Amino acid sequence: MVTFEEISPADFFYRNRDIAGFTNPARAIFSSIRELVENALDASDLSNIPPEIYIRLSQEDAEETQGELGVGVYRLRVMDNGSGIPARHIPSAFGQVLFGSKYKLKQARGTFGLGGTMAVLYGQITTHKPVEVKSSTGTSKIYEYKLMIDIQRNRPLILDRKIRRNKEQWRGTIVEFSLEGDYFRAVSKILEYLKQTALVTPYADIKFVDPKGRLYLFTRATKKMPPPPKETLPHPYGVDVETIQRLIRVTECQNMVGFMQKHFHRVGGGISLSFLEFAGFIKSEDPKRLKHEDVVRLVHMMKKSKKFFDDVNVEKVGRLIKTAHSRNMLEFMETHFPKVDKNVILRLLLAAGFIKTKDPRKLRSDEVVRLVRMMKRFNGFLPPDASCLSPLGEELLETGILKELRPEFIAVSQRKPSTYSGHPFIVETAIAYGGNIPKKDDILIYRFANRIPLLYDEASDVSVRVIKSMNWRRYKVTPDMPIAILVHVCSTKVPYKTVGKEFIADRPEVNGEILNGIREVARELQKFLTKREYVEKERRRLTVFSKYLPKIARFSTNLAGKKEEPNIELLLRSVKKIEEQGD
Amino acid sequence: MKNREIEISVKERRKEVLRNLRRFGGRLYNQMEKGIFPRIRMPSRSTENIFYSPELRQYILGDKTVRRSARNIRHIRPFTQLVWAGYFASELTKNRKTSTLRDVYYSAQAYDMSFKDQAESNSIVTDLETVMGFSREDFKVFPEERSAIFGDLTIEYTVPGYEGKQLNLMSHPDGVMIGPALTSSEFAQTRADKVIAIEKGGLFTRFIEERVHKKFNALLVLTAGQAPRATRHFIHRLNKELDLPVFIFTDGDPWGMHIAMVIISGSANAAHLRELTTPDAKWSGVWATDIVDYKLPSDPLTEVDIKRLHELEKDPRYEGELWRRETQKFLSIKKKAEQEAFSRYGLTYIVDEYLPAKLEETD
Ligand SMILES: Nc1ncnc2c1ncn2[C@@H]1O[C@H](COP(=O)(O)OP(=O)(O)OP(=O)(O)O)[C@@H](O)[C@H]1O
Ligand SMILES: [Mg+2]
Repeated sequence: MVTFEEISPADFFYRNRDIAGFTNPARAIFSSIRELVENALDASDLSNIPPEIYIRLSQEDAEETQGELGVGVYRLRVMDNGSGIPARHIPSAFGQVLFGSKYKLKQARGTFGLGGTMAVLYGQITTHKPVEVKSSTGTSKIYEYKLMIDIQRNRPLILDRKIRRNKEQWRGTIVEFSLEGDYFRAVSKILEYLKQTALVTPYADIKFVDPKGRLYLFTRATKKMPPPPKETLPHPYGVDVETIQRLIRVTECQNMVGFMQKHFHRVGGGISLSFLEFAGFIKSEDPKRLKHEDVVRLVHMMKKSKKFFDDVNVEKVGRLIKTAHSRNMLEFMETHFPKVDKNVILRLLLAAGFIKTKDPRKLRSDEVVRLVRMMKRFNGFLPPDASCLSPLGEELLETGILKELRPEFIAVSQRKPSTYSGHPFIVETAIAYGGNIPKKDDILIYRFANRIPLLYDEASDVSVRVIKSMNWRRYKVTPDMPIAILVHVCSTKVPYKTVGKEFIADRPEVNGEILNGIREVARELQKFLTKREYVEKERRRLTVFSKYLPKIARFSTNLAGKKEEPNIELLLRSVKKIEEQGD
Repeated sequence: MKNREIEISVKERRKEVLRNLRRFGGRLYNQMEKGIFPRIRMPSRSTENIFYSPELRQYILGDKTVRRSARNIRHIRPFTQLVWAGYFASELTKNRKTSTLRDVYYSAQAYDMSFKDQAESNSIVTDLETVMGFSREDFKVFPEERSAIFGDLTIEYTVPGYEGKQLNLMSHPDGVMIGPALTSSEFAQTRADKVIAIEKGGLFTRFIEERVHKKFNALLVLTAGQAPRATRHFIHRLNKELDLPVFIFTDGDPWGMHIAMVIISGSANAAHLRELTTPDAKWSGVWATDIVDYKLPSDPLTEVDIKRLHELEKDPRYEGELWRRETQKFLSIKKKAEQEAFSRYGLTYIVDEYLPAKLEETD
């Protein structure tokens, strides 16, 4: 017998915590830190104050073998100086899966409304203890909550709530909870994560105290923050039927021209009109039904745009209308004024009331489907602009890399904004050589998406595949060189393959930008390597000459039976000159 | 290269070597004094510059030269090694010390200029020979392989501690080793009227036992396979300074034949040197014809033997009538025989019958 039941989103993610990155105790402790740190950083981007983040992981009941802390219960506390959370949202923000403030169309680390809550949920199911949250948005009050999650109903359970006076005008959030973890197995990933976070967030101060009491400090190198992103409207290329359905339910617009303009990214009156005409959403008046005063109005309007219509009068237009075959005003105008731009005609007819569009609120569902289909087909839309994105910028990227890797050479590049399926994105790339970069058998790859380091599933990532596909010998790069490549993809919709945000899927447009970005910096590296090789060669040259010339002098002096050796300074100097010239 | 007088005594030769080394050093010294990178020019030893000279009856180097300059990053190391080798040779010569190629290789390390391997150091020594026109034995660098001599020849040592001392080369029944002391000695006196060179030690000992030196009034030289350069030079001196005809006995196969040829006409490897050849020496046997005439026990020629014979057919040194005839004969009978093969006729047959006949035939 089959039985049917319904589960809540929280229940779903409880059962499938793997897909959110909570696979085992080691991974869980890593993911928890990561999710809370990312929320903290998002919150300070919002308040536009350089972040100060304090992470403390302490052991509550973890087994210690040979001085290493393994599987057991840990307590995690993350404090930030970000925006804070309005009191009424605190319970849901941490006690409800798929609740969040980042579903907007602008770049943020968070996307799903899941991460932080998943960490709390994992803590709860492994320790059955509540999460404690303190937060203030800088008002006179600090709110403190003790919460648990009602997993089956996906609702927060408020165990305790306190309000304190905020004497020092503190702003920020503190989240603290217990969870089962395995620090020993996670420590290297955690430190790598923090290091890469510091690299891509050079304006952040991050302190981490680990369960053994060690303090890891990642000090900011600058207070400059990248300009914050602006929220944006959906681009017509990126919407689906569901989006339109939701919009027509809430819009106040009464005609399609206004609807397109108001709810979509970079759609103005002209583009809106010509799209609607293209899509067949415009109804035109029959010229035969025009009354005298209509003709007068039309001619009046035409005279207003004298530029396009010189020499028109009521009689003439009236005569044309009488003899016209067309039963469509748009067609009529186009036939008799062939030199005039279609868009001008459309505007004029609309203003004069001779063409009409539907009330969007009355669109039938087949019309909605057609509208979406035509949006994808119309090529008159402007590409999305990048104001909703917040790339790091070449200067900050360089600061971050210098701070964490101290390389001998560095090249950074920010590509121009581009789009895939209506989503704007920007690719930033960098290449660094030497310094603290280890010599491995392969190039070191740092991957970032919306300023989040991606540490797992490297092999499946688009950047890795692009890098592997390149012919590095062309750039004088050999596998034994200490080289790091950094790829940062910013987008309102990063094409992650999982909610765990571990790697980026292949999209031809994204691939192309990554490839071009890497090529750009690789060419710079090539120049550097060529020059270095040259200097190195010259240095070796000089070493050879200074080793052998004195010997030749000595032996031939002896052979010739002379007392004093010949002066070879001149010869050595002339060798050096070759070097200086080439430099 | 200058054609020096052939007849110079051992002492004279030593002085000449030192003079040349000094001149070599002086040239480099002056170049450096003038502020130019030292450089030298020497005959090229590449195969396309090695020719056979029918007049000299040996290989010689052509007109092609190579330039080595200390200015060139690829030259400076071998250049320095060459100057060092010159310095090392002059030290040896001045101090009357001898050494071997192996010594040269190791000695360089003391001067912080190690050779990659023995081959590199050998080739530098050859460079020095080419530049100076003297062989390495003149610089007191001797081979490891040693051959021997026995017979009525009195020599006078020039090596330190033995200067003026004389020795008759019959004084030891195993023969006397042809080493640095012997090669650098002067010839004082001899009653012999010919030289017989023998490829193998066994036969050399048999000849001494059978008193061949007495019966034939001969100096016996053991080449011990392919004759070392010092021995070739020594035979050259016996022939030139004492005017003794030289007869060579080897195994009856292409390899034995070539041992004789190298004593007579030299090798391409030594094309830059003179006085290592004895063009008037005679190869007296064992010939292919002898295998037939004396009905010697024989072995069939192997693939390698035949291949070698075909090579020798094209060799300019094998242009003479005897050489052509015997090469053809080997190829037609497809047989070879060792010197010991004569034992089939009893132990003394080779001395009593074969040797007199052959000496007469090739005289
Ligand atoms: N430290 C914080 N400061 C301010 N707001 C926070 C903080 N932590 C969480 N929030 C709020 O809680 C919401 C839920 O966080 P959560 O991590 O679950 O989802 P998210 O960050 O929106 O998306 P993602 O699943 O991609 O992380 C956030 O959208 C944010 O509004
Ligand atoms: Mg989050």
